[in-house]
Amino acid sequence: MLKIENLQARIEEKEILKGINLDIKPGEVHAIMGPNGSGKSTLASVLAGREAYEVTGGSADFLGKDLLEMAPEDRAKEGLFLAFQYPVEIPGVSTTNFIKTAVNEKRKYQGLEPLDAAQFLKTMKEKMQLVQINQSLLSRSLNEGFSGGEKKRNEIFQMAMLEPKLAILDETDSGLDIDALRIVANGVNQLRSKDNAFLVVTHYQRLLDYIVPDFVHVLYNGKIVRSGTKELALELEEKGYDFIKAELEAATV
Amino acid sequence: MENNMLNSAFQTIQAEAGHLSSFQQQNWSSFDQWGLPALKHEEWKYTRIRTVFRDDMQVVAEGTGLTPAIIQQHFLPGELSKNAIVFVNGMYQPSLSRVSAPSTELVVKALSAAAGDEDAAFVKQHLGHSQQYHRDGINALNGAFAAGGVFIRAKKGKQVQDPVVIYHFSDAQSGFRFSQPRILVHAEAASEMQVLETYIKIGNEESLTNEVIELCAETDAHVHYVKLQNEGTRSNHTGTTHIRQLGRCNTHAVTITLSGNVVRNNLNMIMEAANSESHMYGLYLLNGKTLADNHTIVDNQMPNCLSNELYKGIVDDQSTGVFNGKIFVRQDAQKTNAYQSNKNILIGEQASANTKPQLEIFADDVKCSHGCTVGKLDENALFYLKARGIPDDKAKALLLHAFAVDILDQIKNESIRAYADQLISARLSYSE
Ligand SMILES: Nc1ncnc2c1ncn2[C@@H]1O[C@H](COP(=O)(O)OP(=O)(O)OP(=O)(O)O)[C@@H](O)[C@H]1O
Ligand SMILES: [Mg+2]
Repeated sequence: MLKIENLQARIEEKEILKGINLDIKPGEVHAIMGPNGSGKSTLASVLAGREAYEVTGGSADFLGKDLLEMAPEDRAKEGLFLAFQYPVEIPGVSTTNFIKTAVNEKRKYQGLEPLDAAQFLKTMKEKMQLVQINQSLLSRSLNEGFSGGEKKRNEIFQMAMLEPKLAILDETDSGLDIDALRIVANGVNQLRSKDNAFLVVTHYQRLLDYIVPDFVHVLYNGKIVRSGTKELALELEEKGYDFIKAELEAATV
Repeated sequence: MENNMLNSAFQTIQAEAGHLSSFQQQNWSSFDQWGLPALKHEEWKYTRIRTVFRDDMQVVAEGTGLTPAIIQQHFLPGELSKNAIVFVNGMYQPSLSRVSAPSTELVVKALSAAAGDEDAAFVKQHLGHSQQYHRDGINALNGAFAAGGVFIRAKKGKQVQDPVVIYHFSDAQSGFRFSQPRILVHAEAASEMQVLETYIKIGNEESLTNEVIELCAETDAHVHYVKLQNEGTRSNHTGTTHIRQLGRCNTHAVTITLSGNVVRNNLNMIMEAANSESHMYGLYLLNGKTLADNHTIVDNQMPNCLSNELYKGIVDDQSTGVFNGKIFVRQDAQKTNAYQSNKNILIGEQASANTKPQLEIFADDVKCSHGCTVGKLDENALFYLKARGIPDDKAKALLLHAFAVDILDQIKNESIRAYADQLISARLSYSE
């Protein structure tokens, strides 16, 4: 589904991604862990198409298309979704209208008729239930004054509405209370199918108890330095990143 | 500019001997003495106003051949055509106007009539008060033509239900049209009224409207004023809206500028009574080569007043937005709260925004704040929208509409707000 080879990117002259390789197949869940500042959000942003980052090398193939050549909105319409680590507050844009616009843009791209008000409402009700988000939240301006947890829940709600093929969740678990974490994870699990895939960025093994990954990768200093199965997350939880750093240093000496 | 042409027009529009006539005479000689402000005039440094007052302007005193059918075509729907006050070429046209509010609530008549009847004392006392703040030839020139104006009064304790909509027509079918409407509004104690001013140019030639509207609000009156400018790129405007709070009251002004060549709006809130509130909101959405210059004055004279001001601009292409906000807090105006803010989004590479707050504070116990920003569209917000599949142009329109909606929300009347929103959405190619 997504095949990344030797991906390199920088921002303002600073090299951040230094050759990422990743192969995600339909039906898989990949987790990315790694210390602060290692480049996890950068990878997510580059995949979603944020213009501030300059791709300096490598490739990314998404469902047979050159992802890096596509405008961010086209990536989304092709089925890529990024749940932001820091969702943006946009006063004056109603959450519901925004989601309706997004849903119908995607339908237009797929050659489908836009949803009418009744159909949209029905879908919305269903998905609201899935992530247990409140109607009152959705009638407010987009993320404006939302609590940290409410913003994250809104991201998952949007994901549920847009039904992406590949969803990248950038620390969707941070800032969530235990119940919310379970609800969000549950939402993700219900959307999981053999046709779609997830890339989950997290600092905590706890999330991976709920969303069980097929693969776990460690991103360190712009590179994936270790890949394994879900046991790797447990090991990291226990030992921290130091043992990986030590191994890396030993290797370079 | 040729004074001869103006002079002969001035002669034909003289009121009969009396206060109004001498008011006109005085203004004419002030105009003669002061002339038009030059660029070096501090208040006019961004606005080349002299180039707009041209020698070939048509200044006829009377209306033209605009038929009632043509006029009515331009009336806004529903309640916005119930109290329709029509000016053609700066002259009040009673026969083209219609007032459906009962005369027990609302009085509308020629200013020349008001100057000689039961309202004479009021006219004498209040007409021309704005000149204390604008001692320039432009205000004076309008005063010289005041006999063509209108007088409007909301009666004591009455709530005028439908907005009073003033339609300013300029007939520019056969040449550059110069119009000078004059309006005096009296909101009696505990009355409530909404006033909308809108401008329509007929014909393809250019126009200039030089307007003065003075509104006086008495104790507990609520005056809600909206000025909506969308006349097209070949229209020029110099206008003063002068709002006086004679007793403790609440006044509210929203100025929206969507098009024009050179547009200069003066807005004054003269707060003469303690415990009053005033609100001034503005939105300018500029493109092409439009220059829109908003000069505002809040004059806090008495204690415990609140004034709140927010102007927002979206400035595209080679257009220019100017905001100048003066706040006076006089010595007696203790415990004044005065807020002012001007926010601009620049879109065009050659667009510019000039913003300047001017605070003159003579009292010690006051809270004043002011701030201005000139920026671009928020890249993070734009990316967020695009990352959800919303195309670039639509995402921008959404964000710009969101920026403007703050001001739109300040229009209390639903029909006026819907109409303004429709114009703004069309301009931004925004649709829900
Ligand atoms: N605009 C920028 N200018 C310079 N450096 C930047 C910029 N944006 C990000 N960086 C740097 O890039 C590095 C990677 O940042 P990134 O946000 O990808 O880290 P992360 O792995 O997501 O960290 P966290 O776990 O804290 O979310 C950091 O060192 C960060 O400071
Ligand atoms: Mg991050």
